[in-house]
Amino acid sequence: MPSVRVAGVGLTPFGEHPDRTTRDLFAEAGIEAMSDAEVRADAVDAVYFGNFVGELADGQGHHGPLVAESLGVSAPATRFESACASSGVAVRHAVRAVECGDADVVVVGGAERMTHVGTDEATAMLATAADAIHEVSAGVTFPGAYALMADAYFETYGGSRRDLAHVAVKNHGHALENEYAQFQFEVSVDDVLEAPTVASPLGLLDACPVTDGASALVLVSDEYARDADVEAAVEVTGSGQASDTLALQDRETLSRTPATERAAAEAYRDAGIEAADIDLVEVHDCFTCAEVFALEALGLYDPGEAITAAREGETWRDGQLPVNCSGGLKAKGHPVGATGASQVVEMTRLLRGDHPNSDYVSEASTGVTHSAGGTVASTTVHVLEVAR
Amino acid sequence: MSERETASRTHDEFCRAIETGDPFYLACPDGHGSVPPRRVCPECGAQSLTVEALPETGRVQAATVVHVATSAFADSAPYVTAIADFGPVSLTGVVAETDPEAVEHGTDVTLAIQRTDERKRPTLVFEPR
Ligand SMILES: [Zn+2]
Repeated sequence: MPSVRVAGVGLTPFGEHPDRTTRDLFAEAGIEAMSDAEVRADAVDAVYFGNFVGELADGQGHHGPLVAESLGVSAPATRFESACASSGVAVRHAVRAVECGDADVVVVGGAERMTHVGTDEATAMLATAADAIHEVSAGVTFPGAYALMADAYFETYGGSRRDLAHVAVKNHGHALENEYAQFQFEVSVDDVLEAPTVASPLGLLDACPVTDGASALVLVSDEYARDADVEAAVEVTGSGQASDTLALQDRETLSRTPATERAAAEAYRDAGIEAADIDLVEVHDCFTCAEVFALEALGLYDPGEAITAAREGETWRDGQLPVNCSGGLKAKGHPVGATGASQVVEMTRLLRGDHPNSDYVSEASTGVTHSAGGTVASTTVHVLEVAR
Repeated sequence: MSERETASRTHDEFCRAIETGDPFYLACPDGHGSVPPRRVCPECGAQSLTVEALPETGRVQAATVVHVATSAFADSAPYVTAIADFGPVSLTGVVAETDPEAVEHGTDVTLAIQRTDERKRPTLVFEPR
C-alpha cells in the first residue's frame, strides 16, 4: 500500500473576508499548496473539498467542480459536508484514495464564508449541525449543545469555568505569532470569566469566532514524491473516522465523546502507535470544553483529568503535551468547512519546522489532528509523522 | 399494537399525543426506547417497534441558559434548554420557568407542547413539578 505524504500546504489568513467568495478563498489556499508542492494542475488526480453551509451563506451549492475550476484543475472534484468536520472527512477520503492507489496527487481542503451574514444568521446556520426535530426545535444552538455537555461534564467529574478559561488563555497565547490566526491577542482568565454568557456555562470567550477562510493540502503517494523529487517530509500514517447519534439525547452519556474514541483507536491502529507515542496534537476546540473532551477521548488523559491540563501548564507549547500550538479554533478561527484540513496544515508546518511555534516542539515527530462535526457526531483523527 | 403501525408514526403525532395527554415512545423487543421518526431501533437495529406509554415525569440531566438564540427563539432569551431522562428515552426541551438560574439537575418535569408562529416546529416544553 502506498504511504501518503504531505507535499504542500496552504492557508488564507483566517478572519473576516466578507467581500470575497468561497471559490476565491479556496483558490488562494489551493494555489499556495500546489506551489508549495511544486505540482502542476494537470498532475492532480482529484479534488476533495469540505464546505458546510455554502447554500445558506453563499446561495451556492455544487462547490466541488467550482473550486477545482478556481485552481485550473479539471480532475474529478467532490464536496464533503460533515458540519465542522467537513474537511477532516475530506482529508480522510483523500488519504484513502492515495492509499488504495486510486490517486497519486490529491488537492484536499475546505473553505467557508460566514462573517457577512451577522450573528443571528450565523447562529441559525451553525445550529443546522444539530438535530432539527429534536434539538433545534427545543432552542438548542451550537453553543447551547456544547453547554449541555459541559454542564454534564462538571456534574460527572467536577471542574469549573475557571479551568475552562485557562484553555482560552492558552490558545490565544499560542496564536500570538501565527500570521494566519484571526485573534493575535492575549486574553486573561478574568477576561474570559467576565465575558457575556452565550449559553451557560460558556461565555463569549469560551467560544471560537465566526470566521471566513480556506485551507488546502496536496497529498501524494510516496512513489510520486520520489519520482517527482518533491520534498515531503511529513507522512500521514493513520486515519480514523467515526459517527455518533446526531442528537445528544440519544447518547448514553453526555460527558464523553465516544466517536472520537473510536476514530482515534482506528487511526492509532492504522499508524501502529499508542496514545503515549503522541508528541503534540491539534484538537477541535470550538469551545473551551471541547478541547477537554477531545484530550480525554484521544486517550491522552483519563476521563475527568483533562479539565486542569491547561491551568497546570501541561498543554502549553512548552508543556509536556503541547495542544493547539496553532491557536486552535478558539484563536486561529473556525471557518467551518476549512477547519479539519487546516489542522493538518498546521501540524505539518509544526512538524517540518516552518511554523512560528515550531521551535517549541522541535523534538516532536508524531502529531495527531482531531476534527469534530456537530457535537462530535462526525469525527476524524489523523496521525502525522516525520518520515524517516 | 401491530408492528407495521409504528413505521407511520411521525414526530408530529408524537407531539400531538403529548397535547392530548397520551404521550408515547417506541420500544424494540429488547426494551430500547426511542422517539419518532424511527423505523428501526437506533440501538440494536430491530425493526419491530411497538408504541408504549411514556412515563409522565422526567428528571433534568443537563441544562443550559441560552442567551444568544436563533431568531425563532430570540423573544424567549434567556431561556433554559434541558435534556431530561424519562426512563426509556431522554428528551430535549425548553424549561418553562421564570427564573432560568433556578433550574437544577434532578428537577422533575412533565411534558407540554408550545406552538408559535415564529417556529417551524412545535416546541417541547418541560414544566417543573
Ligand atoms: Zn433495540
